[in-house]
Amino acid sequence: MPFSFLLLVLAGLAVISYRFGTARARAVAPGRQSQLHSRPMYHGLYAAMWCGVPALLIATLWVAFQPLLVKGLVMGGLPDAYQALPEARLNLVWNDIRNLAIGDVVRAQPAPEIQAAADTFHRLYAIGNSALALLCLVLAIAGASFALRRVSLTLRARNQVEKVITVFLIASSMVAILTTVGIVLSLLFESLRFFTKVPPLEFLFGLHWSPQTALRADQVGSSGSFGAVPLFTGTLLISLIAMCVAVPVGLMSAIYMSEYAHRKFRAIAKPMLEILAGIPTVVYGFFAALTVAPFIRRFGEGMGLSVASESALAAGLVMGVMIIPFVSSISDDVINAVPQAMRDGAYALGATKSETIRNVIVPAALPGIVGGVLLAVSRAIGETMIVVMAAGLAANLTFNPLDAVTTVTVQIVTLLTGDQEFDSAKTLAAFALGLVLFCVTLALNVFALHVVRKYREQYE
Amino acid sequence: MSELTVKSGQGGARTRELVAAGIGKRYRAERRFRIFGLVAIVSALVFMALLFASIIGKGYTAFVQTEIRLPISYDVAVIDPEGVRDAAEMRRANYGKLYRDGIQSLFPEVEGRTDRRLLNGLVSSGATFEIRDAVIDSPDLIGKKGEIWVPAADDVDMLVKGRIDRNEPENTRRVSDKEIAWVDALQKDGRLETRFNWRFFTQGDSREPELAGIWGAVAGSFLTMLVTLLLSFPLGVATAVYLEEFAPKNRWTDIIEVNINNLAAIPSIVFGLLGLAVFLQFFGLPRSAPLVGGLVLTLMTLPTIIIAARVSLKSVPPSIREAALGLGASKMQMVTNDVLPLAMPGILTGTIIGMGRALGETAPLLMIGMVAFIVDIPHGFTDPATALPVQIYIWADSAERAFVERTSAAIMVLLAFLIVMNAAAVILRSRFERRW
Repeated sequence: MPFSFLLLVLAGLAVISYRFGTARARAVAPGRQSQLHSRPMYHGLYAAMWCGVPALLIATLWVAFQPLLVKGLVMGGLPDAYQALPEARLNLVWNDIRNLAIGDVVRAQPAPEIQAAADTFHRLYAIGNSALALLCLVLAIAGASFALRRVSLTLRARNQVEKVITVFLIASSMVAILTTVGIVLSLLFESLRFFTKVPPLEFLFGLHWSPQTALRADQVGSSGSFGAVPLFTGTLLISLIAMCVAVPVGLMSAIYMSEYAHRKFRAIAKPMLEILAGIPTVVYGFFAALTVAPFIRRFGEGMGLSVASESALAAGLVMGVMIIPFVSSISDDVINAVPQAMRDGAYALGATKSETIRNVIVPAALPGIVGGVLLAVSRAIGETMIVVMAAGLAANLTFNPLDAVTTVTVQIVTLLTGDQEFDSAKTLAAFALGLVLFCVTLALNVFALHVVRKYREQYE
Repeated sequence: MSELTVKSGQGGARTRELVAAGIGKRYRAERRFRIFGLVAIVSALVFMALLFASIIGKGYTAFVQTEIRLPISYDVAVIDPEGVRDAAEMRRANYGKLYRDGIQSLFPEVEGRTDRRLLNGLVSSGATFEIRDAVIDSPDLIGKKGEIWVPAADDVDMLVKGRIDRNEPENTRRVSDKEIAWVDALQKDGRLETRFNWRFFTQGDSREPELAGIWGAVAGSFLTMLVTLLLSFPLGVATAVYLEEFAPKNRWTDIIEVNINNLAAIPSIVFGLLGLAVFLQFFGLPRSAPLVGGLVLTLMTLPTIIIAARVSLKSVPPSIREAALGLGASKMQMVTNDVLPLAMPGILTGTIIGMGRALGETAPLLMIGMVAFIVDIPHGFTDPATALPVQIYIWADSAERAFVERTSAAIMVLLAFLIVMNAAAVILRSRFERRW
């Protein structure tokens, strides 16, 4: 029975138990509705919960762990010759078995052991699925009949139902923590495996990045080197260019919007700027790669400069535009938080509007603006699609904005897209890069939020 | 007192002098500053206009497609030599020969292998399927002669749409002078015209630009978004309700809150790494599946929905809660019957905005293999699929000139979806949100 069908059946059973529950509660107390501890609706929900929740829990656990279980059983049943294979080869064997069992196209006639394993795989899945379906149905019906039998005047159905809902609420709020834990653990775990192959110091301070490892052990000249400094400088360069665009433009538009603009102008221009923030990054990437980069190249060549076709400048410029609304909306907030009394004081001393802004408002709002800029920097560092599409793959250690550079996110994408062996240093390197990215953006964010909060408290 | 006034009066004259001397300069600085501000806003908007203009300019032609009307003789010997009219058998017939014969018959003067091959190349290889489908649909065509519109090859399409410059020297142009002459001849006969490109909206991906469509990607995006919505909406609302209405103020709650704020700021690609390591490697879920894409996007969208839902719950005045509790409602009844319905418009607005962001998200989907070349339309949550933004990325990477207009057109479709979603959010907010 397919899983989605099982879910549908369970949902149907739950609805039926709800109906029975309410009907029974009404029948228990004909004409004495007010003596029921809980309203009939809660009796119905109580029955539906007993029907659906245990079965659903079992089904979820099963679906999550069935693949692991089956893999263990199938691989354990392979002859010893296969057991002795290294892990990478074993994974390939596993892929063959799975493809065979699912019925995908397999290149050659499979070995009899593999065919047998695939049959086992198939059988285990079939047994597992029907066992699950049976178990779920039994649990659902047993649960429902148990709950229905308990319906009485004094059953505290509402309290029970509310308890279950509260547990669900608490469990949902755990998802956020689980996600963070999952991110940290998965990045850390894979990075540690990477660092057993490449020493961390070489990774963090090495100047040469070329992750092409040898395909065969006896191959020469492509041992792969994982010095990530060129990636860090590339990321910094592009983020710096982006900030050079985003900070002045974003800050000036925020100042104009909050201090000068007419209410009507603001009402139109502000949402228009926000549109920039809503455009998917892949669209910016396309624009950067196909329109901005060729334009910069032609322009540069017209001035006698040599410009790489995937220059850091193009990616940085477009990324800067993407970040403008981010900077401007944060600056707008902090400028509006500056008390009116400070403006009035400056005007009373005879300062013009721009003098007030430059000498009073901006200095007063500076911590908040700096915090906002730091948030924007963290966004620029983590931005992926623009650089994947518009920046290059060449890990050049340069600060020339006309050259091609590569970034941390670009390398993560190129290392992990396409078919890969999960254990090679090449794919594990992506996780180490991800760990660096995660730590840097997290630190920037925590620090920036701290600065912004401190600043807000100052004027409250 | 009077002494002071006199003093300041004397100083006042000097001050006034100083101020008067500098005032012109200061006013000019003021004007400059103001103009800078205006320039900043205008330049951002101009950039946006350029972006839209460039995408529309590049992409609007993708909504039409050059087609050629070919005379076809549905030869029994080719289609159904045994005469059994078996559909499976007829699917395997050599329909390529039929369209090649068709185009050859229009230019009987063309001789020689290379020239003939060049001539055949005017028609897209997709013509094969077009003719096959026509035959399968109405088998009584067999043995007769007929005319059929088939798509032209991408180079012809680009030429007709003016994307290939006829004035360029022949050796650098993608189409030769001969081909141009044939195309012109076809056009003069009324056998070649641009028609609405329905394939773009109904087909999956293809290596041939003229046959590639976005339907597969749209279906993949839809399935992914469905998973995301079904998971992130209940989870997000539940978390927000717990934190706003039930959670005790303690360390644990603080940790959850800090966590949610940090998750909102983590780069999306890190979520992709999480999906790869946890969902694919650990739980062994299938690669390229909308299910996994939906799971990853759920984790990414949750913070947005939680934050929006909390703001919305916070804005429901405490008097409502007190009134409900005063009437004897339990805390849970108060939340489900009174607070949540009032907060729902705000929550839905936040959800739509979060979904819009998820719809445009590309990077995490690349990590979990949704970037594969997939021709089939996905029908279930575990079928291999791509999503619309990923399709844009794939096409943007393709070398063929004709994919540029497809990419731009796909971007227009994506933006249209986003505009509709955001408009819905705006309407929802202005219609139903109550100010207390």
